[in-house]
Order: sequence, then C-alpha cells, then structure tokens
Amino acid sequence: MATLTNIDAITRTLQEEMRRDPNIFITGEDVGVRGGVFRATKGLIEEFGDKRVVDSPLSELSIVAIGIGAAMYGLHPVCEIQFADYIAPAFNQIVNEAARVRYRSNGTWTCPMIIRTPYGGGVGGGLYHSQSIEATYAHVPGLYVVAPSTPYDIVGMLRYAFRVDDPVLFLEHKKTYRLIKGDVPDDYYTIPFGKADVKRAGTDVTVVAYGLMLHETLNAAEQVAADDISVEVIDPRTLNPIDKATILASVKKTSKALIVYEDNLTLGWGAEIAAIIASEAFEYLDAPVMRVAGPDVPAVPFARTMQDFFMPNAEKIASAIRKLAKY
Amino acid sequence: MSTNVVMPQLGESVIEGTIGKWFKQVGDKVEQYESIMEVVTDKVTTEIPSPAAGTVLQILIAEGATVNAGTVVAIIGAAGESVSAPVPQKPSDNGQALAPTLPTNQPTSKLSNQRLTPVVARMLADNNIADAELATIQGTGEGGRISKKDIENFLKTRGNSKKPGTALEAWEQPGTGELFRPTEEVFGKPYPQTPTPTLPAQDKPDRKQQAYGSVGEEIVPVSPMRKAIAEHMVRSKQIAPHVTSVHEADMSRVIAYQKAHEAEFAKQGVKLTLTAFFVQAAVVALKAWPIVNASYTDQGILMKRDINIGIAVALEDGLIVPVVKHADDKSLLGIARSVNDLASRAREKRLQPDEVQGGTFTITNYGIFGSLFGMPVINQPQSAILGVGTIQKRAVVRDDAIAIRPMIYLSITIDHRLLDGAIGDQFMQKLKQFLEEYK
Repeated sequence: MATLTNIDAITRTLQEEMRRDPNIFITGEDVGVRGGVFRATKGLIEEFGDKRVVDSPLSELSIVAIGIGAAMYGLHPVCEIQFADYIAPAFNQIVNEAARVRYRSNGTWTCPMIIRTPYGGGVGGGLYHSQSIEATYAHVPGLYVVAPSTPYDIVGMLRYAFRVDDPVLFLEHKKTYRLIKGDVPDDYYTIPFGKADVKRAGTDVTVVAYGLMLHETLNAAEQVAADDISVEVIDPRTLNPIDKATILASVKKTSKALIVYEDNLTLGWGAEIAAIIASEAFEYLDAPVMRVAGPDVPAVPFARTMQDFFMPNAEKIASAIRKLAKY
Repeated sequence: MSTNVVMPQLGESVIEGTIGKWFKQVGDKVEQYESIMEVVTDKVTTEIPSPAAGTVLQILIAEGATVNAGTVVAIIGAAGESVSAPVPQKPSDNGQALAPTLPTNQPTSKLSNQRLTPVVARMLADNNIADAELATIQGTGEGGRISKKDIENFLKTRGNSKKPGTALEAWEQPGTGELFRPTEEVFGKPYPQTPTPTLPAQDKPDRKQQAYGSVGEEIVPVSPMRKAIAEHMVRSKQIAPHVTSVHEADMSRVIAYQKAHEAEFAKQGVKLTLTAFFVQAAVVALKAWPIVNASYTDQGILMKRDINIGIAVALEDGLIVPVVKHADDKSLLGIARSVNDLASRAREKRLQPDEVQGGTFTITNYGIFGSLFGMPVINQPQSAILGVGTIQKRAVVRDDAIAIRPMIYLSITIDHRLLDGAIGDQFMQKLKQFLEEYK
C-alpha cells in the first residue's frame, strides 16, 4: 500500500506500463527533458530514452496525428496535450480520424492511443489554462472519455487505457494533481471503463460529480450531513460510455438528483445525465433534476473574485442539495 | 385554394367518429377519392376517401381522437400553400384535438389544486391510496408539497390500521376462514415443497411487474372494436337474464334443396349457403311469434314491425353483426345475396355504419368452427339470439328404423324479462318445422 497524489499515480503508472510494453511511447510538449509542465512524465526520459519520450513541436494537431499513425502501425502512443485548452487544433484528428478508424475500416484497423490532458479551473489559470472540454468529446462515439479523480481510480483506469484498442481521452483535473492524495494497493488491478463508483452512500439525494467537483461534492455532503441530509455521491469515472445503471439505481432509491460539473451549464455533460434520469427514472422522481455547473460565460476568468464566481464549490453544491432535500 | 377534410357522419345515428389511422401525413400527396384516413366508430372501421387531390397541408386531429361529425380534421391544398389558421373545432367531450387521451387513475381533486411529483403519483396508484386518504396526508415538502417521504410515512401508519389494498370491497377480499386455507396448511405438509423462485433483488419491484404479475406477461392495447364488444357483452349479461334451450333439427330437406338449386343460384352470381335458410326460418318463426321480435324497455315491450336479422361474422380481431334489413320482404335469393355481400364486406371492414344497426334478431353460426351447441349472448337491445351448431350425420330413429340423417343442434337464448321458456321453445318448434319440411 502506497499513499500517492494524483500526479504520482499518473507518473508511476506510465513508468510501470512502459516497462511492461516496449511499444508504448510518450509524445507531447515538454514531456521529455522538462518532464512535463506538471511533472507528469518526470524521470521517464532518463529511464526510457528520447526514442520513447519524445518532445514534440508546438503543434497539437501533429502530436495527435503522429499518435494516430503510430497507433495504427502497432505502437501504443501516449499523447500529452499540455492543457486541455490547447486541444482545439487537434479536434479534427481526434474526432474525424482517431474516433472513426475502427468504424471507417469496418474493424480492420484500430487506433489504440491515449490522449492525456489536464483540464479544469480553480488554479488561477485564466482563460487559456482552466477550460473543461469533456462535453465536446464525450459527444463523439468511438472515443472513450474518462475522468478519474482519485489516485486509486487513476492507476486502475490508466492501466486499463493501455488495454483497450480504441482511442482514450484521459482527462486529469489539474487542481487535484497535488491536492488529492489516496492509498493505492500494491496488488495489480485495473478499473474497466463504463463503471461508475459510489463514493459515498446515502439515502436522500443523489449527486453525480467527477473531477474537482467530486471532491467539492464530498465536502458538501459532509456539510449537509450535519443537517441530517444523507447524500449519495456517484463518481461516473468514465464520461463516455456512461454507466447508466449505477446512476439510475441510486436515483430510484433517493428520488432526487443533482449533477455537478465545472463546464458551462448549457449542453454540458450533466445535461445528458439529466435527460437519462428524466426518461428512465421519471416515475421515481420526487423533485426536478437539478444541476450545479459553471455559468455560460466564455471562459474561467483570471481575477480571483471572478474565478470564484465561476467555479462551483462545496457551498454552492450544499445549497443546491438543501434545496433538493427540502423540495 | 385549400379543401377541408371533415369527419363524415357515418350513418344517421352516428354523430361522432374516432380517427383510427392517418394514411397520409403532412406533406404527402393525395389523389381525389384516395383513402386518406380510417375512421372508427364503435360499430365499424371505414376508410374515408379524400375530397380533393393535392398535398396534405395540415392534420388537425390526431390518431385516436374522437370528434363530432363535421369537424375539420385536415386541410388539403397545393404544396407550400399557406393556410389561414383554421377555426379550431371543439372536439367532442370524450376526445381531444392533437393530444392523445391519457387515461388517469389518479385522484383528481388533489391534482386539481396541487401538482404531484412522479414518484408520489406512482406510489398513490401502486398502493391504492384513495382521494380521501390523500387528503389526510400533510405535505412536508416546500409549500406543503406531498413528498415521497410523506407517502412512505403514511403507508407505515396505514399499515398498522389498514392493510394496503383495502380499497377492495369486502366481498372481493380473499376469504380467511379455515375453508379458504390451502389444504397443506390445514392438514400439515404432505408433499415436499418446491422452493418459490425468487427474482433478483431490486431496490423496488419493477412497476410493470408489480402491476401485472410476473415477467413474461404483457399488456396489449385493446382495439376500439374489442372494447365495444367487451362493453356490449358485459352490459347484455347484466341487464338481461339469459335462458338457453337447445333443439335438434333434421336438415335433410334443406340440404337437398341447396344441392338442387346451387347451380341455378350460382348462375345469378349468388352462392347459396345454409345461412340463408336459417334467416328464412327465423323470419317465419318471428312472424309466428312477434314477441320474440321485440325489446324489453322501461316504458313497456317494444314490438318491432320490421324483421331485420343480424348475422354474426367472425373477424380476425373481433366480431361484427351486419344486418339483413327487411328480411321478411326478401326471397331466398335476395336473402342469400344480401348475406354473402354483408359477410364479405364485413371481413374486408367495408361495412357502412347503418348496415350494422337496427337488427331485431340475431343468428350466430358457431357451427362453422365445429361447435355442436352453444349458449350465445343476446345482442342488445334484442330479446333473443339463435345459435347454429355444426351439421353432423347422426343415427336417428325414423318410423322405428335407424336412419342416417344430417342433424343440427339449434339453440335459442332468450331474455327472460319478456320471454319465457315456453315461447322460446314454441318459436323454435316453428323454426325447426320450417327447416325439416323445407320445400
């Protein structure tokens, strides 16, 4: 048993998997000599050399495109997009190429690759270092989109990401990198995609949250527990495909649902969850499905006060939970 | 220039119709006289031809909705033509324009002054919580809203005093005495018990499963015809005390006549079936016993001058009774022609509503399906129904010798309010005599 931070969990798992499989290589901006801007790849170039840990030009398009070619050729690339905010130039490569290789070739070709990228706000990163991009990509069939939020889940799911034959968008909330610590067993395990996890069991209100919001929600649940409100917290872990069964089972039990996400409210990932609950658990609902999310403004602002206004937090979540409990 | 498609009046007494199906959708081209919709009354289903050629511009009344005759149900015109908003016609009370009618079992008075959440509405239905009981529940939700917890608490206290489901009347409750207990409980357990299969545990039982029993069952929606039959049959049994008696007739002469004249009838395009003979026989017997051609009403016995004989025709999804009007005015040829025409159009669902109305007596030929004799249910508001069994060659005694004859069992079910067994049987004697002495 080791206690790791989220960033340790990533580095350690990458190292472990690269030792296991010589076909794995890493490419991205500053992933080599510098060890990544968040130090996720620290020490890897020393161990595996610059053929397997490759510093790329400042071009996300080419990082992903090289990955796609290598993946189809038989390697298993890990492409790092330094900040999720920069993923837009690679959008066409990810959506029109990587996600469609299997379908387009009638299953003859696959594209086993991992695109790792830090996302999310709350770190004073301003407009270009705080974005949440998951809704855009979770919309795309053919692409796994995962957002594990604890060291245990990160280790299990990153290992699993190397075991699927399709592209995986591996989202890491940058604020949780060193904030969240957790125990990781020494025994080898993987966590398959599409399996949500009940992070806290409760009976009155179901809250679905991932990333930094999962941890804010767990704090909020603790706060309202003092008022005798019992909250069940579901961590979806995989954003696509969605583990409907776990979410629906919980909502059928509590009859009240809140979805929390940091992305802009409109058409965010939680909108889909609200729709699923409304259509598949309608007769179990005792209150409207609610959402707490970032406001519909173009970006997370830089000014501290404005950033606080943007970011959902434990207080905002607790207030929504109370409202639901009272309904 | 657009043309309105209106709900036709399908017969004199039919004032409304239900749209069974739209054959054309908005934007579809339609020829004049091409079937545009199917209209269902409780008697028949009829395809309605389009009054004009053009493109369907608007459909104003949705499938399943019932509207009065004369209501504009659709508009036809040139493609792309803009239609001035039609004056919305008010659908009749039991129908809604463009909104499917959803049956609701929910208590209405509560609903009218407060909205219930889906889970609460479901729990009310699942637990048979009556309106009066609901009124006693104090809502603890925001603004006094009744929450799921309120219902759960109510069910807990209700469980102490009253079992769920006691909305049932006393006589509908299962018996509780010694007599009603399974024998193995009364006398011990002589047989090894098969373990009851358990379903996989669920948080809550599946709604459908709870409401309709086990997995492997399903609810099939009822057609308007099936519904009409169901209501009609229940009503008939409720209002008329049914008495059935069975007579036997020798069909030798009828069959001989049929054989002899088949070809002659065929030349005139008519297939001579036995049904025509039964209609003829019924006419003769009804003339002899006019009281059978009558209805019991609160004002008195309604004697009917016309003799209109209904013939039950089995359809794939139900049963319909077209009527041979003024059967007493018709020759055997006329009756046969009429019966064949009605029966074939009944199977094609092309009967006019008037053709299934005004019957004064009904014949049902269950013999077609091999039945020897049956006890038919009276077609209200008539007073009797003749059941025709299958013809079988049987050994019978004629002049103290055993003879082989085509025999038939004929049953008569009478409404005992206005007819007694003696009249029914004398009616049948007349009918039987007519058949046996046919010439």
